[in-house]
Amino acid sequence: MLKSFKIGGVHPAENKLSAQKAIEVLALPKSVFIPVGQHIGAPAEVVVQKGDKVKVGQLIAKSSGFVSANIHSSVSGTVKKIESGPDTSGYPKTGIYIDVEDDLWDEQIDRSTELKTSVTLDAAAILAKIQDAGIVGLGGATFPTHVKLVPPKGMKAEVLLINGVECEPYLTSDHRMMLEHGAELIVGVQLLMKVLNVAKAAIGIENNKPDAIKKMNSLLTGNNGISVVPLKVKYPQGGEKQLIKAVTGREVPSGALPISVGAVVTNIATTFAVYEAVQKNKPLFERVVTVTGKTVKNPSNFRVRIGTTISELIDAAGGLPENCGKIINGGPMMGKAFANTGIPVTKGTSGIVMMPDGEAKRKEVMPCIRCSRCVSVCPMGLEPYLLMTVSEQEIWDRAERECVMDCIECGSCSFTCPANRPLLDYIRLGKGKVGAIIRNRKN
Amino acid sequence: MSTIIIYTILTLSIIGILSAIILYFVAQKFKVYEDPRIDQVEAALPGANCGGCGFAGCRAFAETCVSRGELSDLFCPVGGNDCMGGVADILGIVAEKKDPKVAVVRCNGTCEHRPKTNVFDGAVSCAIAASLYSGDTGCQYGCLGCGDCVVACDFDAIHMNPVTGLPEVDDEKCVACGACVKACPKTLIELRKKAPKDRKIYVACRNMDKGAVARKSCSVACIGCSKCEKECKYDAITIANNLAFIDSDKCKLCRKCVSVCPTNAIAELNFPPRKIAVAEEVAPETGKIKPESSEN
Repeated sequence: MLKSFKIGGVHPAENKLSAQKAIEVLALPKSVFIPVGQHIGAPAEVVVQKGDKVKVGQLIAKSSGFVSANIHSSVSGTVKKIESGPDTSGYPKTGIYIDVEDDLWDEQIDRSTELKTSVTLDAAAILAKIQDAGIVGLGGATFPTHVKLVPPKGMKAEVLLINGVECEPYLTSDHRMMLEHGAELIVGVQLLMKVLNVAKAAIGIENNKPDAIKKMNSLLTGNNGISVVPLKVKYPQGGEKQLIKAVTGREVPSGALPISVGAVVTNIATTFAVYEAVQKNKPLFERVVTVTGKTVKNPSNFRVRIGTTISELIDAAGGLPENCGKIINGGPMMGKAFANTGIPVTKGTSGIVMMPDGEAKRKEVMPCIRCSRCVSVCPMGLEPYLLMTVSEQEIWDRAERECVMDCIECGSCSFTCPANRPLLDYIRLGKGKVGAIIRNRKN
Repeated sequence: MSTIIIYTILTLSIIGILSAIILYFVAQKFKVYEDPRIDQVEAALPGANCGGCGFAGCRAFAETCVSRGELSDLFCPVGGNDCMGGVADILGIVAEKKDPKVAVVRCNGTCEHRPKTNVFDGAVSCAIAASLYSGDTGCQYGCLGCGDCVVACDFDAIHMNPVTGLPEVDDEKCVACGACVKACPKTLIELRKKAPKDRKIYVACRNMDKGAVARKSCSVACIGCSKCEKECKYDAITIANNLAFIDSDKCKLCRKCVSVCPTNAIAELNFPPRKIAVAEEVAPETGKIKPESSEN
């Protein structure tokens, strides 16, 4: 029997429309807008000025603390202005506008496609390279990777988990990455193992990607401690805590970090970025984005420079479908809708999903019928109906007692509710309020 | 049979009397002195328990009034000066008179002034909408129209206007408790000094974008041109972050600023119609830019 997390979970229609489409390199945009706050933590500090000439891979905003990340130019050209522009939610965020001229790369970057397997650097040097390259969790959470790789005092990593689950419907970027860059990923895993000083690593892949499982298995040579773990097809198998439970059988305690059970989880795209940063000196300035949807002419996987406007990706995939009701940043389960098409691709943009009008619209909200389906599907063992009620009534102390902070916002409850109740909307609101209360208490 | 009944009654009576005696002495021993004035002050308060004073209900407010013994920072907006006068009498002091206030909604982004750019169909709550994205129009500062202020109001004083999609304050009912001010995630609602005949002059905009950007998203946005600031003789208007603000304590309601505003962003409410001569005088200056559909 395949491994899986135990409680809850749903199985939404997979719709992996672009699974057989090879990664294409998107044409260079005419101009880019690179926000300085693309990660969890403090926004980076701009180090270029208006009118400066920049090269591809040049540092343009410097990390402003430990929990922060460097930002590099994704194009070569002239800095047009440093001003605020739209982020995913439509709120303005400071960023750097660059007009593209040519495609001049920083000389340090090794642009050859040759595979470099020899790991010559020591752990500290690898970690420094990861930090310099501005690598963050590319699955969507955008937590700075170098922070994750330094366990807090008294804790020791025992196992490295590579998240190749990609349980969100529609998204295929990690799947394609495994098929096309498997060998590089194995090197990336070895680099991360060296940093963490662990002997074991497991690549978790959902069983609906048999080609990726076969490919990765074929690349495992000898006794290097890496294994491939096929996992049951169930959402949210790729949730950090769910993956740890599925692969290691350990449960992360409420309010604790994965490192408390000795696990560190990184995503496939992040592992590839680590390979490129360490072996090829290439900072994180491009990523693979799935552009898809049922009515999209040509669902594709694009390698895109950070800062490219999403409208350019949509055009490349055959244009905005006529009946498009919603454009989602990420997958349809957890992703949030883009406010408009003038928003740039950031480090956290894993997919752009265009939903047809009929599917995108929420259905009429009915009263709760006490069927408790939300309780049975919650992978964290919470009671979503209760969390929604207390959030709606602003009873924050009760929300805290009912462990609202343990919600991973997977959306299984809203997905399954037969009364179409906006469960996750209210739980997220409660999580925000309770989180603020807890932070205030600590200060 | 009858002896059993008699014995039962007797024993129970003795237990009752003994308990009463014990309870009496315990009550004397553990007596908590409470200032009788707290009850009197509470009785003088409106009893709405709205929290407008900043305390958890009228009782908590009464306790604070009595324990502090002075009323400098304490004010019940619901009861107003009369009520505070009563409280001051009980405490044997004189209450400082405060100007009554009223809530105003500083956004005039109706559907025609501020075209919609997308649709929000999630949970009907401004707090949720604001946490998810900037809003369903080009203006990230404007009203979201989900009515959190209406839900927050205990006095039925604020309602959504279905035509404009904006909340409207009922001046008669508003007690300036500030519940709507706290509920609005865009901080659009302000408590302003109440003027005679409920006349109001205020900048009905919170857009802090640069003029061109603000104007693009909403035709009645304040563009921070500072014409009103120069016009005002009473120093009531200040410009900060590309946005004008009229201090209701300094404003003399002369309406000069309204005439010079190129975008009609300053609202005037409950004024008699202007004399025609005045209207003609200002028309050439403002007529070009002012949108055809004038407000009010």
